[in-house]
Amino acid sequence: MKTTIATLRRGQRALIKEITSEIIPLKLLEMGCLPGNEVVLIQTAPFQCPMYLNINGSHLAIRKEIAAQIEVQII
Amino acid sequence: MAKQIKVSLIGNPNTGKTSVFNLLTGLNQQVGNYPGITVEKKEGICKLSRGVKAHILDLPGTYSLNASSLDENVVIELLLNKKDKDFPDVAVVVSDVENLKRNLLLYTQIKDLEIPTILVINMADRMQRKGISLDIPGLEKELNTKIALISARKGEGIDALKKLIESYTLLSKKTCLDALSFAPDYFDRLQKAFPNQSLYKLWLVITQDVNFRKFDKQQVDIAPDFKIKSESELKRLQQKETIKRYQFINNVLKKCLVVDEKVATGMRARFDRVLTHKFWGYFIFFAILLLIFQAIYDWSSYPMDLIDEGFAWLSEAAKNALPQGPLVDLITEGIIPGLGGIVIFIPQIAFLFFFISILEESGYMSRVVFLMDRIMRRFGLSGKSVVPLVSGTACAIPAVMATRNIENWKERLITILVVPFTTCSARLPVYLIIIALVIPDEKFGWVFGYQSMTLMLLYFLGFASAVGSAWLLNKLLKMESKSYFIVEMPGYKVPLFKNVIINVIEKTKAFIFGAGKIILAISIILWVLASFGPNEKFSNAKEIVTKEYTDLSQDDLDQKIASHQLEYSFIGYAGKGIEPIVAPLGYDWKVGIGILCSFAAREVFVGTLATIYSVESDEEETIKNRMAAEINPQTGGPLFNLASGLSLLLFYAFAMQCMSTLAIVKRETNSWKWPTIQLVFMSILAYSIALVVYQVLK
Repeated sequence: MKTTIATLRRGQRALIKEITSEIIPLKLLEMGCLPGNEVVLIQTAPFQCPMYLNINGSHLAIRKEIAAQIEVQII
Repeated sequence: MAKQIKVSLIGNPNTGKTSVFNLLTGLNQQVGNYPGITVEKKEGICKLSRGVKAHILDLPGTYSLNASSLDENVVIELLLNKKDKDFPDVAVVVSDVENLKRNLLLYTQIKDLEIPTILVINMADRMQRKGISLDIPGLEKELNTKIALISARKGEGIDALKKLIESYTLLSKKTCLDALSFAPDYFDRLQKAFPNQSLYKLWLVITQDVNFRKFDKQQVDIAPDFKIKSESELKRLQQKETIKRYQFINNVLKKCLVVDEKVATGMRARFDRVLTHKFWGYFIFFAILLLIFQAIYDWSSYPMDLIDEGFAWLSEAAKNALPQGPLVDLITEGIIPGLGGIVIFIPQIAFLFFFISILEESGYMSRVVFLMDRIMRRFGLSGKSVVPLVSGTACAIPAVMATRNIENWKERLITILVVPFTTCSARLPVYLIIIALVIPDEKFGWVFGYQSMTLMLLYFLGFASAVGSAWLLNKLLKMESKSYFIVEMPGYKVPLFKNVIINVIEKTKAFIFGAGKIILAISIILWVLASFGPNEKFSNAKEIVTKEYTDLSQDDLDQKIASHQLEYSFIGYAGKGIEPIVAPLGYDWKVGIGILCSFAAREVFVGTLATIYSVESDEEETIKNRMAAEINPQTGGPLFNLASGLSLLLFYAFAMQCMSTLAIVKRETNSWKWPTIQLVFMSILAYSIALVVYQVLK
């Protein structure tokens, strides 16, 4: 199984790998979700959705289906 | 008049852009709409030294120049159109010192448009606590601009900003990086095809089509048809552009920004641990809801009573002071109560927006959206629909206005359409009197009264039908909306009182001048219909009634005359006209008039019945007794029994009987289409349910 933001556990840190999926909105990239940047899962709402993240210093919440498209490497 | 400097305030959401705007303009501001769309347009005047003035336009918050919503699109359309009367002489980009990296992305894009640009770094007061230090001259050099380091919270640094605006001609127009250097062959070809245009502008116009379909090329002075690339290739290029910009920003900040991680305190983390907790988060949210509900429902009743009495007194005073005549009647019985009907909503609207802006300013609202999104999404709503739905239990008008911050148009529209199902406070007087009439005042299981249970069920029914119809609308409405769910979770802040108050004033004004006009107009029409009749039965009411009842006191006689007049007025005939329609629901023509008048506002029902039954005061007890004595001419039994009572309750629960709400929905959706659909759908639903209930129980 691929490691994505959706598979992170709370408090886990990871580095974003290549962004390939076209579903990922440009807005998310513009908010700092870019290859090589660090992402931390801060909190999830019940049923793991939405997910509250710190990406590259920006605090954001995104829905799980988008999070599942972003491949990461746990550090 | 001397020439004004045209300034556009641009910035990410949550950077304190509005605070900067409020500081620059004070109360010299106006809120309107951009032509044809419901995006708010805020502008104001700022006085600079030596009599020079600046016209400040507060553009909607945006994360970049690649628009994904109507609000953001406004920014791009303005900045691409040099002919627009608001096209800025100078752009002021507001950033937040804690999110400088992300905020600078937008800054580099604005710079690429070659507009003179000032960078404002806001929230300077938080630098020390967060362990941040900045090399301002270094940043100015790298970014090719002048920087104003300010604290909008403490009002510091604004004078420096004003000075920079005044001397905007000295600002460099040069870009600070070459963001489009990553795909030379494509961009070289593009430039060759349109040698007279700025490359970045061309690129923006091409990509706007990809990002946001509604972009109107007619408004831009360049119209290239340069789509040799497929959509996904263009998207790739945009990604590369973004990466390129961030590389530049990272390099600049490496040189000019130092963050001492040890100093930074974890206030946000500690708050978040509780406020987004899987149990406590919801618990606290519902406690806050309860408080807001209490305020709108209970506390606002005091000023509302005062307003009610005030207008009654005004009406009376005007009647005594002015000579008698139809024009004076129009003023005292049509216009003044009509105005009262608008003003009466102000306390509820002000309270609601007071709380909402505190929740928004503090950063808490994003947490609510986070907590509720999953649950609401099942019904085609968004986490942001929670506040409108809850405030709908007080009044649908502020609730519809509160949907503005839902970016996704489909989710926002569904929220607007279903909000009127929630049990608003205007339904309450009707519910109370009918319940008292037809539901037995008995208890079961020692504590629960049938009457209070019925009331609770009606509230529950309101929510259930709102959520249920949202689910249905979500299935029915075929609407593509390209907005994604990305919510920024800003840091927690103590709300700025000035911002809260300005927001409350703005929202209240929008209601008075937007919906108010329509409410007033319809009130006057209803008054005319009730005050004139087609024949002498109306005009000779006094003689007819006096002849018929000879032994009544003057007061009783006046009541009888009023009742007789209403029966033979235009609206009385209308009530009799619709009797065949309402009879299957178990009502007579008098209730029919009550329902007709309720289309002005539901709470009118009780008052109208009071006039029709010619009871002396609209004390609940008296009307109740009078209603209990009414006989149904068809059955010979009491008119209000369980069947007709329940049918009436359910009719009021489902019917769209509030012209103020229709007016505000028209305003917010910018078309008569949606309020019409709402009216037709809810009326049919209400009628069918009331019909079934009466016919089954009868």
